[in-house]
Amino acid sequence: METKVIFYILAAAIFGASVLAVSCRQAVHAALYFIVSLLGLAGLFFLLGAPLLAALEVILYAGAIMMLLLFVIMMLHTDRRDRELYRPPFWTVPVLLSLLCGAALVMLLARWPQAAELLPSAFFSPGQFGQVLFSRYWLAVELVSLLLFVALVGALYFGGREIKAARLQPGEGGDS
Amino acid sequence: MDSTGLIILLAKLLIVLAALLTGAAYLVLVERKLLGRFQLRPGPNRVGPAGIWQPLADGIKLLLKEDTVPAGADRILFLLAPAVVAMVPLLLFAVIPLGPDLHLANRTIPLVISDLNVGLLYILALSSLSVYGVVLGGWASNSTFSLLGGLRGAAQMISYELAMGLSLVPIVMLAGSFSLVDIVAAQEGFPFLLVQPVSFVIFLISALAEAKRLPFDLPEAENELMAGYHTEYSGMRFALYFVGEYINMIVLGGLLAVFFLGGWHGPLLPGPLMLGLKIIPVPLLLIWTRATLPRLRYDQLMQFGWKVLVPVALVNIVVTGGLILWLES
Repeated sequence: METKVIFYILAAAIFGASVLAVSCRQAVHAALYFIVSLLGLAGLFFLLGAPLLAALEVILYAGAIMMLLLFVIMMLHTDRRDRELYRPPFWTVPVLLSLLCGAALVMLLARWPQAAELLPSAFFSPGQFGQVLFSRYWLAVELVSLLLFVALVGALYFGGREIKAARLQPGEGGDS
Repeated sequence: MDSTGLIILLAKLLIVLAALLTGAAYLVLVERKLLGRFQLRPGPNRVGPAGIWQPLADGIKLLLKEDTVPAGADRILFLLAPAVVAMVPLLLFAVIPLGPDLHLANRTIPLVISDLNVGLLYILALSSLSVYGVVLGGWASNSTFSLLGGLRGAAQMISYELAMGLSLVPIVMLAGSFSLVDIVAAQEGFPFLLVQPVSFVIFLISALAEAKRLPFDLPEAENELMAGYHTEYSGMRFALYFVGEYINMIVLGGLLAVFFLGGWHGPLLPGPLMLGLKIIPVPLLLIWTRATLPRLRYDQLMQFGWKVLVPVALVNIVVTGGLILWLES
C-alpha cells in the first residue's frame, strides 16, 4: 500500500516535470525540470529494488550529462530573455506522435488487465546486477562501449583539428 | 519501526547535526586563526578570550544583515541555490559509520544513520548534485562574474569527479562492497592506505578540487572574479555557501578516514573519538594548503585532471585487479 502511494507521487512528479521541461520557455528552467524528472526516475528505480541503477541514474544523468547540457546552455544562451523556443507548427507533429503512443498504451492496458497491477519489487545486490549485466547482456554492453569509443575518437579528431588550426595562428592562445 | 527506534534515530540525527554545525562554525575560527599565524598576525582575538566567541558574533551579524536579491536575478533559483550547497555535505554524513554497534538494554544500536548498500555511490551521486548549487547560484545572479564562476565550477567539478570515482574503484574491489560499513569492517586488520597509496593521493587531490579550496578555487578566484558564483550574495545566504564549504571539509576528512584510514578502527580510544581524531588533520591540511599554494591556471587545472589523474587512476584499477586475481589463484 505504502509503495503504491510512493509510486503515484513519483509518477506524478515525473509527469509534471517532463511536461514543464517541454513547455518551459526559459532554457535553464527546462533543463532543471528535466533533472527533476530524472531524479524522480531514480526514485522509481529505487522503489523497484534496484538501488545501483538509481545511484547510477543520478551520477551519470542528473549529475554529469545534465550538468554538461546546462553548461552549454549557460555558455551559448546568455541573453537570458524568455524566447519563443518553438513556434506552434513545430508542436503539431510531436503532439500527434505522443497522442498515438498514449492511445496505444491505453489499448494495451485495456486488453491486458494485469498491466495495471504494480510490479513486485525484486531486490538485487550490486554484485548480482553486475553479474547478470556482464554475462547475459555482454554483447549489448560491448556494442555500447564500442559506440562510445567511436564517439570518443570522433570528438578527438574534431577537437584536434581545431587545436592544430589555432597553433597555425600565433598570438591567439586557444582556451578551454 | 517502533517509537523507541524512531527516538533513537532522531537523537542520532540531532547529535550529528549539532556536532557538524558547531564544528563548521569553529573551523572558520580555526582557519582565520591559523591563516593569521601563517601571515604573522594574531587573527581574530577581540570577542572573548582568544576570539572564542567570534563564530557566534559572525552568525548573529550574518543573520541580521539584509538579504538582497540583485535586479534581473532569477529570484527563486537565486534564493534556493545556497541551500543546495549547504544541504549536500550534511546528507553525505548520513552514511559515514561512527563506531561499532552499541548494545543497550537488549537493543542493538548501529552507530551510523543509514547503512545504504550503495553508500559509496550515494556519496558520488550527492557530490555530483552539489555542483548545481554553484552553477545555478552563478547563473541566477545575473552578473558576469558570477556566471563565469558558475561555468568554471561546472567544468572543474565534472572533470575531477571522474578521477574521484575512479580512485574509489580499487577500494570497492578490496572491500567487495559499496556499503561504507562493510568498507570499514574490511579494514579491521590494516587500513587501505597501506595497499592503496596512489588511490589515496588521487582521492585527496580530486576531493580538494571538488571542495573548491586553494589551489583549485578558480570558481571564486578573488582577484579575477571578485568572489565568482557568490559575488551577489549577502547575509545568511552568503554564509550558507561557507557553511557548506566548511562542513564539506569535515565530511571530506570523514570520507578519507572511512576509505583509507580504517574508519573508527584503532587502538585505545572508542570508535567515534578515533574517527574524530582521523578527521581533524584533513581540515588542517586544507587550511595549510590555502595559506601555502598559489592558484592553478585554468588550463593547468584541466590538463592535470584529465591527463594525469584520470590515466593514473585507470592504471591503478588495472594493477589492483590483476594483483587481486594473482593473489587469489
